[in-house]
Amino acid sequence: MSIFASMIEKETLHLLRDFRTMTVVLVMPLVLLLLFGFAISTEVNNVNVVAVVERHTDDTRQVLEKFRVNPYFTFKGIVSFNEVEPMLRAGSTDAAVVLSYDGDRLCHQTIVDASNTNTAQTSAAYIENLLNGSAEMPIITHTLYNPRLKSAYNFVPGIMGMIFILICAMMTSVSIVSEKETGTMDLLLVSPVRPRTIILGKIVPYFLLSCVMLALMLALGYTVLGLPFSASVLNVIWVTILYIVLALSLGLLISTLVSNQVTALLVSGVLLMIPVIMLSGMIFPVENMPALLQWLSCVIPARWYISAMRVLMIQQLPVSYIITEITILASMTMAALILAVMKFKTNR
Amino acid sequence: MDNDIAISVNELTKRFGDFTAVDNISFEVRKGEIFGFLGANGAGKTTAMRMLCGLSYPTSGSGTVAGYDITRQPEEIKRHIGYMSQKFSLYEELTVIENLTLFSTIYGMTDKAIREKTAEVFRTLGMEGMRDTLVKEIPVGWKQKLAFSAATMHTPEVVFLDEPTGGVDPATRRKFWETIYRASSEGMTVFVTTHYLDEAEYCDRVSIMVDGRIKALDSPDGLKNEYGAATMDEVFRIVAKGAQRGD
Amino acid sequence: MGNAIDIQGVTKKYGSLKALDNATFSVPEGMMFGLIGPDGAGKTTLYKILTTLLSPDAGTATVAGLDAVKDYKRIRAEIGYMPERFSLYPDLTVNENLNFFASLFGVRVADNYDLIAPVFSQLAKFPNRRAGALSGGMKQKLALSCALIHRPKVLLLDEPTTGVDAVSRSEFWDMLATLKEKGITILVSTSYMDEARRCERIALINRGRILDVNTPSKLVESLEENLYNASAKEMYPLLEALRSLPGVKKCYTFGATLHIVTENDFNPAGAVSRLSDMGLTHVSISPAKGDVEDLFIKLADNG
Repeated sequence: MSIFASMIEKETLHLLRDFRTMTVVLVMPLVLLLLFGFAISTEVNNVNVVAVVERHTDDTRQVLEKFRVNPYFTFKGIVSFNEVEPMLRAGSTDAAVVLSYDGDRLCHQTIVDASNTNTAQTSAAYIENLLNGSAEMPIITHTLYNPRLKSAYNFVPGIMGMIFILICAMMTSVSIVSEKETGTMDLLLVSPVRPRTIILGKIVPYFLLSCVMLALMLALGYTVLGLPFSASVLNVIWVTILYIVLALSLGLLISTLVSNQVTALLVSGVLLMIPVIMLSGMIFPVENMPALLQWLSCVIPARWYISAMRVLMIQQLPVSYIITEITILASMTMAALILAVMKFKTNR
Repeated sequence: MDNDIAISVNELTKRFGDFTAVDNISFEVRKGEIFGFLGANGAGKTTAMRMLCGLSYPTSGSGTVAGYDITRQPEEIKRHIGYMSQKFSLYEELTVIENLTLFSTIYGMTDKAIREKTAEVFRTLGMEGMRDTLVKEIPVGWKQKLAFSAATMHTPEVVFLDEPTGGVDPATRRKFWETIYRASSEGMTVFVTTHYLDEAEYCDRVSIMVDGRIKALDSPDGLKNEYGAATMDEVFRIVAKGAQRGD
Repeated sequence: MGNAIDIQGVTKKYGSLKALDNATFSVPEGMMFGLIGPDGAGKTTLYKILTTLLSPDAGTATVAGLDAVKDYKRIRAEIGYMPERFSLYPDLTVNENLNFFASLFGVRVADNYDLIAPVFSQLAKFPNRRAGALSGGMKQKLALSCALIHRPKVLLLDEPTTGVDAVSRSEFWDMLATLKEKGITILVSTSYMDEARRCERIALINRGRILDVNTPSKLVESLEENLYNASAKEMYPLLEALRSLPGVKKCYTFGATLHIVTENDFNPAGAVSRLSDMGLTHVSISPAKGDVEDLFIKLADNG
């Protein structure tokens, strides 16, 4: 068996023996996808609405009918104005619509339970849309790319951005550093094996593991979560592979800089994981952040990857729309690789 | 309960599945004694020691340490013993005084007692100059003595030393053992494991564990007479030779 | 017969600390050579230079006729190295470890099994046990097997028996003797003086300097000091009392007795009576023969 093959075999054995880590790595991304896709949905469904009606007319009946038939709302009936606040407090309704007449004009007031600002804003917007629809000039909104405003899509790129940092940067750096700690790295270096082979032997298994994860997540994304399937999936794959190589280079760089596993975990965790979650636009949109943080987010690889993935996966635009992202990711990869190799050589 | 006994163990057994790590051992250690607990690798020393320190429940049998029952009063035991494991169980990034204060505080000593005791430790070890030095910067020999002092800040009745001199050179080992003599001469009971058989010569009594059982127990002179050996090294080889648990 | 290891004026600095200071010695082919010195003397640094993990700041080191700096790639196939700590993969089994190290050197276990057989035979009984679950003695034997699997010419062992019980240690040294019979040169450092006695020649090292190189018996002869055995019923008080006596330069435990290093005018009989006056019983002082251990203590103190 060639040296390289046995390096890979050894690394695979390490992975398989470490049952708990493997479980976390394999199960976590899938659970995250499903959680964000379904359970933690930012869509608002089943908004409970009550109405306060000052004077019953054909117009008011029309409005109430709209609430009754709309699938996003559950109409809980007509109540008196005094009942509204107790009902909101008790949580038996999420919103109330007060319909009154200013002379002959039908006016409305919307009262929303804002204890969850997210739901409050969204349901207020729904209500406005619905009520304005009854005005003389209805507003017609076309939602492009994600016509049903399904939030599941949005999270797929974010979770992918996170999981590859975890597998490639974190696990790779910890596994290299742990060999330094136990002294087996010395034995490898003392053997005739070339440093290049040692590094590749460490990197390839994690690269393969990442590819397996990529396949799993894409399969899940295009089936269960219903991402629109098209030829752009090929672009998704190669851009992701570029990102995986970048994350591996970062892991390698970290492992040459630190000397124990805890530090490796902390450095990759604090420098890579947390910024990915906070700054990459995965949960909080980058556009809404203070300027300083927006600048900071520019050095986070995941930010560029996630934005490229949005374009490719959700908008399904051709590669020409993400030239900036790809250029930045590629140059980051080059820089990390060159630094890591330089550092590895001077360590002797 | 005899007032002169620091450790008493009666038919103590510990099984893991169908593997009997400690097999029905009984012995007593007198107060102020230096008791050498020898055995080959895998003989069950560590398991036995963990039970005595209240860290592990025996499968059967009973024992008392410092007058407390090892199954029913493990928390009391922990308060009345000191423990030092391989080499130095100190925080490398803290200074000498910070380490000593930390260990004293863990054992609930008052500020006044801590001040007095640390002053005493610095005086007896001659370490006044190293008070504010980081532990990682002091030489191995000092670290060991310091670790011992940290483990005995609360003046425990019994101190357990698990291979305290592993991998340490002969000159440094000797200096460490002088610290042990001093503690013992002040009435502390010392329960120590070691692989260095010249160190076993310095113990008041020595037990040799083989395959989970105590195969020999006497003073070093008594053992040498019994086995017709000139040194403890020879005694150990004779006693441990038949060991089945090569591992 | 040539030299398997040749070290000429090797110096290695870490900042201002000289880990090795102009070290010079050589090990003839096929010899069991001991490296003895206190902790921090520079032994591990020397091993790192010989194994090509570090390059010296000055001086040259050759192993198996190859320069440790220029020919570092070729040296690696000729040496077997066991670092101070147990350095195998604890989550891999006995056989997986052995096979892995064989493949690193491009050899098959079967080809060199004859060489490791005496070491490995006990381990061969549980090929599928994880290395991490082995006892100290067995771990050492596995590490030695892995260091030997490519038939190295020179074995470099850095404190191989630390934390191993006396019986296993003695077995381990019996195996080293067998390997030496097969023509393998062995450079071994140890803190066990009974092991030092089993070496053909010893280099004494302290604070980065090689102080002396000779056979154990020649080195012990060079202990010209007056050395006595002392014992009494109360050993620790005896130690303290002896140190307070005039004419006593040094006193330390030695096996079941104490060793005292004295001035020329030391009078044993006078000392015995003085000690008895101090309340010690069964006091006896008699001339002692020096040992490697005495040598070591002298070395460590004079630093």
